[in-house]
Amino acid sequence: MTGRSTRRHAPAWRGGVIAATSTVAVFAAIIFGITSTPGWSKFHESFLSGFHFRKSFPLVLKGFALNVRVFVVAFVLCLVLGMIVAVIRMIPGPAFFPFRLIAIIYTDVFRAVPSIVLIYLFGFGVPGLGLDRPWNNPVIWGTVAIVLNSAAYVAEVFRSGIRSIHPSQMAAARSLGLSRVQALRFVIVPQAIRRVIPPLINDFIAVVQSTALLSTLGPLEALRRAQNYASFRFNFTAYLGATLLFLAVTIPLARLGDTLVARQERRSR
Amino acid sequence: MSSAEQGDLQLIELRDVFKSFGKNQVLKGVDLTVRAHSVVGLIGPSGSGKSTLLRCINLLEPVDSGSVFVGGVELTAGGVDADDVRKRIGIVFQSFNLFPHLSILDNITLAPRRVRGLGRRAAEEAAYVLLDRFGLRDKASSFPDRLSGGQQQRVAIIRALAMEPEVMLFDEVTSALDPELVGEVLSAVRELAALGMTLVLATHEMGFCRDVADQVAFLKDGRIVEQGTPAKLFTDPQHPDTQLFLRRVIEAGRL
Repeated sequence: MTGRSTRRHAPAWRGGVIAATSTVAVFAAIIFGITSTPGWSKFHESFLSGFHFRKSFPLVLKGFALNVRVFVVAFVLCLVLGMIVAVIRMIPGPAFFPFRLIAIIYTDVFRAVPSIVLIYLFGFGVPGLGLDRPWNNPVIWGTVAIVLNSAAYVAEVFRSGIRSIHPSQMAAARSLGLSRVQALRFVIVPQAIRRVIPPLINDFIAVVQSTALLSTLGPLEALRRAQNYASFRFNFTAYLGATLLFLAVTIPLARLGDTLVARQERRSR
Repeated sequence: MSSAEQGDLQLIELRDVFKSFGKNQVLKGVDLTVRAHSVVGLIGPSGSGKSTLLRCINLLEPVDSGSVFVGGVELTAGGVDADDVRKRIGIVFQSFNLFPHLSILDNITLAPRRVRGLGRRAAEEAAYVLLDRFGLRDKASSFPDRLSGGQQQRVAIIRALAMEPEVMLFDEVTSALDPELVGEVLSAVRELAALGMTLVLATHEMGFCRDVADQVAFLKDGRIVEQGTPAKLFTDPQHPDTQLFLRRVIEAGRL
């Protein structure tokens, strides 16, 4: 008891100094270790070249505008589709069996197939049907593939969120005369959405990443432009630009999730 | 309401109601009559079927057999709109069950707006009248987690009252409360009884039940073993099960 309390009274600045010293030491060791590898100077030139970064970044940024358009559209569509699928799976009654069955098959199939395969199938397959412009554009169908894949994940997230709300909430809502659909809409789903923000942010980050897979279909998005630069100039620094752009979206997205969770906790505690 | 004119109307009637959950038979042929403007107390050991009985009255649980009448309409007959029945019957639960994502005011106005179709203004005005009456006006914009258990339970009562029900069911509304918070909830129930509302209360508060109820029914193992006026049932119980139960209650200092 006494020993513990004396230790507690150690000056507050001491912990800070220890943390700072050890952080500097660890990072210095890592940097030293990497820069003293035999190939470091060559690596530095081909991946971290300031000259090539300045040259390639505007091109990659231009391509990234397409990634942004794709993931913004995909966010909205996968939320809507995911919620529809989740709710369909929750509707009871024998008459709804075929709808539940379709929803189950959908989630099973589109979660199981690798997204790159879906992107090939939709991006090359559907335009092959000979549709008119703009429906022959592989990017549209590649986006559809991303949405179908991520909405299957989102549906499961929503479903587990809905199931996590205690049945007494449904009983309270129904006892006030709300119909089942009203109870879901005004009582259950709003609470479920708050609860699933962290896993939803995960799925959003995965959507942002999978926009890079559209490069396989040929459009000049960020990764494709970086690849082009790399193969014409024999320098990989363009990939660093693409990396930074993806981070510039995904890290704020993660923080946004934290903020949303913290805000509700503040409000309801 | 027409029930106000017909003082002796049997507002609720249960005939030979059976209800099982899987193999567990919870109600084994319950008959119960509740007259308009009367207060009926349901007492009995935990697991005797009191809560299930209440949940069968507003169709939160479908009955297996037997019939339930509310206001002369048989709910257990086919083609009855259960949502329509429920909005005429208020229920307050042991665990409050307020909606945690909504403010107190929104908790109260949700059903009047969405079910009765009131505008926001009208619903909120009505809610403030009730909040005033129960001394909770200053909590209108708070969220449920900020309130004490007693305050939450009074909000739950207001939320049910806001639908202007013909009858209120109380399911052990003080059982989850700290002892010092029981009084404020009981006095809210007492006020409703004094106003002439029809109440059915499942309760472990024997003293309160004796004061406020017109009729008391003792349940054991899914059957109503004995019923009568509180004066009769609490002072001169006839059935040995009732006598044993009350003796234990008195020994525990709850009566």
